[in-house]
Amino acid sequence: MEGFDFDVIQRSWVYLFQEGMTFTVTLTLLAMTGGIVFGTLLAMMRLSAFKPLSMLAGGYVNLMRSVPLVLVIFWFFFLVPYIGAWITGASQPVKVGAWMSAVITFTMFEAAYYCEIMRAGIQSIPRGQVWAGYALGLNYWQAMAQVVLPQAFRNMLPVLLTQTIILFQDTSLVYVISATDFLGAASKVANRDYRLVEMYTFVAVVYFIISYGLSMLVKQLQDRIAIIR
Amino acid sequence: MGYNWHWKVLLEAEPGGTGTYLQYLIVGLGWTLVTALAAWVIALTIGALVGTVRTTPYTWLVRTGNLYVEIFRNIPLIVQMFLWFFVMPELLPTELGDWIKQMPPPWSSYIPAVLCLGIFTSVRIAEQIRAGINSLPRGQHMAGTALGLTLGQAYRYVILPQAFRIVLPPLTSESMNIIKNSSVALTIGLLELTGRARAMQEFSFRVFEAFAAATVIYLLVNLVVVLAMRALERKVRVPGLIGSQAVQAGH
Repeated sequence: MEGFDFDVIQRSWVYLFQEGMTFTVTLTLLAMTGGIVFGTLLAMMRLSAFKPLSMLAGGYVNLMRSVPLVLVIFWFFFLVPYIGAWITGASQPVKVGAWMSAVITFTMFEAAYYCEIMRAGIQSIPRGQVWAGYALGLNYWQAMAQVVLPQAFRNMLPVLLTQTIILFQDTSLVYVISATDFLGAASKVANRDYRLVEMYTFVAVVYFIISYGLSMLVKQLQDRIAIIR
Repeated sequence: MGYNWHWKVLLEAEPGGTGTYLQYLIVGLGWTLVTALAAWVIALTIGALVGTVRTTPYTWLVRTGNLYVEIFRNIPLIVQMFLWFFVMPELLPTELGDWIKQMPPPWSSYIPAVLCLGIFTSVRIAEQIRAGINSLPRGQHMAGTALGLTLGQAYRYVILPQAFRIVLPPLTSESMNIIKNSSVALTIGLLELTGRARAMQEFSFRVFEAFAAATVIYLLVNLVVVLAMRALERKVRVPGLIGSQAVQAGH
């Protein structure tokens, strides 16, 4: 290991975590929240008896799941300025930074994956639950919000969280639009100081510790839920 | 929306002089498939081995298998790409490292990309195989032992033939994933389909035509993979079993 300079980590860790990791974690949390909300709506659409609605949601989900995330990131990076101009009525594409573009991309992309999880969750609830809700005088939205979704959400919690760990890892792909996430920050330092080996090894170790820790927590949660059921 | 579509750009010559942009993208698809296929071979071999080993009664084998799975599952794919591309040559003996770094252009990124994708995917396949083996009734293994089969024989003649068929449906999505994930190799300079779509966008300033063409190609590939795997599934299905698929997180 001679010739390696691990001091570079000590010199840059404040920047790495304050700039980079904050970006990564915030992006993960925003995309998780937005993705689960939008994904649940998509799942309800997919399960709707109204064919055009279920086909629209199904088409969206299948499209997102068939295309590489990197390509989706590029799509949104260039498309969002045009959509912005279309919404605001501006004649020129509006300027949207890498941050905003990343938030929109990951919310829209992850929604497709959360949708499939929530769909399985909703389908795991016995039909009698819905009928009982209707018999009590609840309408569709009330039955969904108060009877079906809480149970579906609880049943699927471990899978939803596992998906979130994958999302946390996948946010590192914003590297392709030069955003300064944890990997992006490390890569900037690595190229500035010409310390690629040290920085990328460090990045791998940090991602490993966080992802492994979170997956252990999910496993514990899974065991706990399994006992209650 | 204020965007002027210009689809004819696909038939214009790309600046590298190898033909039209459409041909340029098709060659990219070729690299995508060649990368995915080579990685798929590595992934299936290691995945089947590690997955099987983790169901055996030997604790140290199970632990080694678990360690392997946890390491490669908890590091993002792009970071693993960088490890194979930037870090691995430095850790090898100097001559070997230099030889890898000095390989002519597509190969210097192709080989790390294949190794990286293969090992990344092998972990996911190992999980599927292990789940497949564990989903078999325990009686299968016991019946094998009662008939006088050794552990190796029980695996070879009773357990694995069933487990491999059970995991076929999830393997469909893994084979699609490996094709999609190969796009991450553009970050280490492999000009596969997505990389070429981005290059085309930079050369021609035709952003959406380039990405739309790549998207359509991915959708077609997806269709072919799904149909092929469905045909394979029908062919090797275990009679009397309901093919069911558990929900899984994915990307």
